[in-house]
Amino acid sequence: MKLKQLEGLLGDLDQFSSPNIDLEQYPTGPHIASRLLFMAENTYGDISGKVVADFGCGCGTLGIAAALLGAEYVIGVDIDSNSLEIAAQNAEDLELDINLVWCDIKSLTWRDGIVDTVVMNPPFGTRKKGADLDFLSMGLKVASQAVYSLHKTTTREHVRRTALREFNAKSADVLCELRFDVPQLYKFHKKKEVDVAVDLWRFVPQS
Amino acid sequence: MRLLTHNMLSSNIKGVSNGFPLRLEVEKFIEKEVEFNADFLRNMFPKIEWKALVDAAKTLGYADLPEEADPSLLDSDDFLKKYHHALLELHVEEGVLICPETGRKFPVNKGVPNMLLHEDEGFWRL
Repeated sequence: MKLKQLEGLLGDLDQFSSPNIDLEQYPTGPHIASRLLFMAENTYGDISGKVVADFGCGCGTLGIAAALLGAEYVIGVDIDSNSLEIAAQNAEDLELDINLVWCDIKSLTWRDGIVDTVVMNPPFGTRKKGADLDFLSMGLKVASQAVYSLHKTTTREHVRRTALREFNAKSADVLCELRFDVPQLYKFHKKKEVDVAVDLWRFVPQS
Repeated sequence: MRLLTHNMLSSNIKGVSNGFPLRLEVEKFIEKEVEFNADFLRNMFPKIEWKALVDAAKTLGYADLPEEADPSLLDSDDFLKKYHHALLELHVEEGVLICPETGRKFPVNKGVPNMLLHEDEGFWRL
């Protein structure tokens, strides 16, 4: 599948109808999502034929992108059941089979070794400090091959240090810098739309 | 919830030392055909807890899997087809998962297991 085609399909997905700010629910835009998955597949071979988990899947954008690129088994996890319902509907509209689990990422106790690759657009931790690193820590426990994640560019050195020293990642690389469009979703947003610089990371867990 | 997911989930209640496998009670299940991928099945085989898969499949009325399996079976198309069917084509739509130690029930609704805990029962791994 071509990048533009993937981006187009993802652009048609339904997103949060009433987003929850405490969970930092922001839709993952089709531009970022398609690039994340495209790179994971075409540069690293981490998607097609693999078991891929989407942490904090929301409406399922990243997981659905993984399925479109040939992931054999996709598992989306979210704490919010409304999001999971939208994710299920989005997958069904594209005739994809996505597996969903209603759970808090912090309390996953999955058996090791089943999941190859974790993809995620974590909460950036602007409401609850460190939320993105909680996701990353669990991602590195669950994945046996790689974790793809987005973190604010301003936190780059902190993310790298924490991943390598505390979460025992074998490697932590910024693949590219992207703009995350934050539409005016919530009342406290004064500006119509702002964009935030985010890094697309690839982490490799210890084998 | 397909049985590969069941083979991965374990009870996340605080204090539980062996929360796997979750016991399965099924009210409604469906079958959906999935494209057969022998390489995927072979790669997954060493990671699967075989007995848990056999028992879960039986709960869904599918008893064609051998009780024990070793890698030599992966050369048999007949075996791979059965293993494929059990692992990927059976979906629990409505039912419950039950913690083997505490008996805590995790409902499965519309195919989605609810593993959300109350604050006081959480097993925070972080």
